[in-house]
Amino acid sequence: MKKKIIVVGNGMTSVKFCQKMVEAELLNNYELLVIGDEKYLGYDRVHLTDYYTGTPVTELTLEPLEWYNKNHIEVLTGNLVIEIDKANKQIKMQHGSAYNYDILVLATGSSAFVPPIPGVEKTGVFVYRTFEDLDAIKTFVKNAKKGVVIGGGLLGLEAAKAIMDDNVATTVLERMPWLMGRQLDERGGAMLKQKLQKQGLAVMTDAITSEFLGEERVTGVAFADGSKIETDVVVISAGIKPRDELARKAGLEIGKNGGIVVDNGMRTSQPDIYAIGECALAAGMIWGLVSPCYQMAEILVERLKGEDKWFTGADMSTKLKLIGTEVASFGDALGQAQGSIPLILENKFSGIYKRLNISEDGKYLLGGILVGDTSEYNMLLQASKNRIKLPKDIDSMLVGTGKGGGLTIGVLDLPEEAAICSCESVSKGKICHSIEANNFTQIGEIKKHTKAGTGCGGCVPMLDDLLTATLKKQGKEVKKVLCEHFHFTRQELYDLIKIEKIKTFHDLLIKHGKGAGCEICKPAVASLLASIWNETIVKHQVIQDTNDRFLANIQRGGSYSIVPRIPGGEITPQKLEVLGKIADKYNLYCKITGGQRIDMFGARVDQLPQIWEELIAEGFESGHAYGKALRTVKSCVGSTWCRFGLHDSVGFAIEVENRYKGLRAPHKIKGGVSGCIRECAEARGKDFGIIATEKGWNLFVCGNGGANPAHAVLLASDIDKETCIKYLDRFLMYYIKTAAPLTRTAKWLSGLEGGIEHLKDVVINDSLGLAHEFEKDMQYLVDTYKCEWKEVIENPELRMKFKAFINSEDHDTSIEFVPMRDQKMPTPWVKEH
Amino acid sequence: METLENIITKKEVKLWYKTAKAVDFPENGGACVLVDGQQIAVFNFSASNEWYATQNMCPHKYEMALSRGITGDSSEEPKVACPFHKKSFSLKSGQCLSGDPYQIEVYPVKVENGYVYIGIK
Repeated sequence: MKKKIIVVGNGMTSVKFCQKMVEAELLNNYELLVIGDEKYLGYDRVHLTDYYTGTPVTELTLEPLEWYNKNHIEVLTGNLVIEIDKANKQIKMQHGSAYNYDILVLATGSSAFVPPIPGVEKTGVFVYRTFEDLDAIKTFVKNAKKGVVIGGGLLGLEAAKAIMDDNVATTVLERMPWLMGRQLDERGGAMLKQKLQKQGLAVMTDAITSEFLGEERVTGVAFADGSKIETDVVVISAGIKPRDELARKAGLEIGKNGGIVVDNGMRTSQPDIYAIGECALAAGMIWGLVSPCYQMAEILVERLKGEDKWFTGADMSTKLKLIGTEVASFGDALGQAQGSIPLILENKFSGIYKRLNISEDGKYLLGGILVGDTSEYNMLLQASKNRIKLPKDIDSMLVGTGKGGGLTIGVLDLPEEAAICSCESVSKGKICHSIEANNFTQIGEIKKHTKAGTGCGGCVPMLDDLLTATLKKQGKEVKKVLCEHFHFTRQELYDLIKIEKIKTFHDLLIKHGKGAGCEICKPAVASLLASIWNETIVKHQVIQDTNDRFLANIQRGGSYSIVPRIPGGEITPQKLEVLGKIADKYNLYCKITGGQRIDMFGARVDQLPQIWEELIAEGFESGHAYGKALRTVKSCVGSTWCRFGLHDSVGFAIEVENRYKGLRAPHKIKGGVSGCIRECAEARGKDFGIIATEKGWNLFVCGNGGANPAHAVLLASDIDKETCIKYLDRFLMYYIKTAAPLTRTAKWLSGLEGGIEHLKDVVINDSLGLAHEFEKDMQYLVDTYKCEWKEVIENPELRMKFKAFINSEDHDTSIEFVPMRDQKMPTPWVKEH
Repeated sequence: METLENIITKKEVKLWYKTAKAVDFPENGGACVLVDGQQIAVFNFSASNEWYATQNMCPHKYEMALSRGITGDSSEEPKVACPFHKKSFSLKSGQCLSGDPYQIEVYPVKVENGYVYIGIK
């Protein structure tokens, strides 16, 4: 008969334990019952804040119910265990029933530590721990203007960010002299504080809260020194408290400051009862990070298998991004090891703090702290973990930049057993082997196969490096370089141009390229220069494709077509007449475009400036139909006329089109705005589509018509116009910065690591900490917009560039037309090849 | 030897046709000149101070367009890509570099006293 294991708790550690039991095929020997007291199945608490910002429960759920069923794991949610009867090997439930066990695993986790401050029971004081807590906060802060977060640790800062994003002016109160005292030293903490304050978060350190003020509802906080501040809401995130009450009641040994005492094999003082995760006092401490808790789960499974595995402590290294600030600490971060000597770099201008603790003999890196720039984290962590011998010139480690820092080691130098992913304990050897054995070329494949990078995600850049290095070893081309003239990707060139303030193709070629350029790199660089500096593109005429060179669309026969901007497709009868008159005067063929505007065909190059002079005098401007740029924002008629319309879709389309007009991108961009779910603007076939809902607008992105149609996918729902514009700014800049040349948004998304969820994370949750920069860069482009045609007609020198011949005033007589359906068309091509 | 027939060597030049001031031509790009009513594309590689001239018509679809194409090089061979369908041609030999059996005429160019001259037979 199978033995019965009961797991009390259904948090992350519990789920990991179940997964490992399945993997180890131990369920042939054991029957497994999991009991959780929350009403949800075990979820990813590390990403709790994602729930706050709208990620649905289903996506945070670690394993769906079907998984438990499939593996014959019985799971009970919303059930509280109230007693352990050690003698009879039985647990008792709150609602009266009881279960017998052979082995009991306590994975009861922790609860928020609530300091005994008077007034803590008042309305408006919350903890930040479960979905229910977050639901309550979310509802409450709708009517709050000011907020306070108690606790300046990891979770506290996350909570602060969450409510700050709900438009609450937030102050973090930390009782210690600096933030993140567990991970950072004083100067690192001070640097973080400075950076967070710049982002609009108020931070008070040495702030000892003595009382929460107010009658029934909290209205302020009083401090030990007598001072006070006002607040409408308080969120407490002052640490965790192991949930040991069940074990305590059963008479198991409990630590002085709480926690169920276990030996290195996870066994409690009662031989048939084990404890894992945050409730366990293992190797002398409570482990409040997911990776050591996962290790405990794994070790227990190994022991049930009969293996001799021990928990001896775990790496507490961590890297994260808080409110746009990168922070990391690894190994012996605070330099507590004997003889450890710190090397410190501090730059208050750029907001960078770097501390590396070196062994007394100068040979090894013991640990360190990074604030402001964590790009070197992974390599530094590996160097310290694997005791890699440091270069003689230790100074270079401080000033080095990039992935390896001053360290001249690469991923391939690491030993095979180096743990790349500590959440899932996956070694370098395992990753490289999986790439070679399965011919993987994508990070996603590695993640799926090895589980590396599926926890905190911090090691994903290293996976990327390993993939690149392994593929290179196999002789496969990895890097998508632009062309033979630039050994860089488009994204790398974007950064070079921006950082080095390069303004011309020539300068870029001299500094970073070779040869004379070609028809691939020249327009790509022209597009980058326009996306970054927004100077008139006519200045860079010879590196543009012909359409951008002459600011019109070349057509069969060598004539050009003209498309003035008609934002949202709305046009007055007077302006329609103007277009008719001008088209008539120059004998231009007219057609309505798919983007709700009017295309006028058959103009010669030398006629373009004159025609535009007349159009501009009548109030038209360039429609950028010739550019890899924003084309149109198509709209349906919306609530102003339509009996079904919910909001003014035309008005919004005009606003959006005017905001992004002239915006240059890796490829053309089209938008759409529909006034209701009937979607007459076909917005979901566009690069971005906005559809009115009862409560606001739904924003869809990365749709496409054309050869490979794709429906745009939902980025955010029921948002107001301001939020919609904010998300669009971020989305478009992220696309502009990272897409390969001539890649539409749909294709870009399909190749984007992490897909739409990653995109949501970047745009909505600011997971890269770049949202502010994206918005700033976009605002710059909006503010510096000029109509290119207006610039040309006002500048005689630029006008000269529209001559047919350098040495003659004649026009090109080779262009010929024949009549067609009351209009004209170019003479058919003479002969097909 | 079709290739050789299409290249006029400097020795064969019967007339150097004066077109326009060198400064009037765009730098590192192409432009069109009329030589006795005939359209000729002139390409100025100012970075290396080299000039090339070819027929303006792309032999693919008979479009008068090569002067409006993007110039550059491929393995150090100077070239132009037609703006219509991106067929590229060597500016030295006139050969199509995109794998099609096209050949365009190339003309010698010289710059004297600030003027650009095209050599014709």
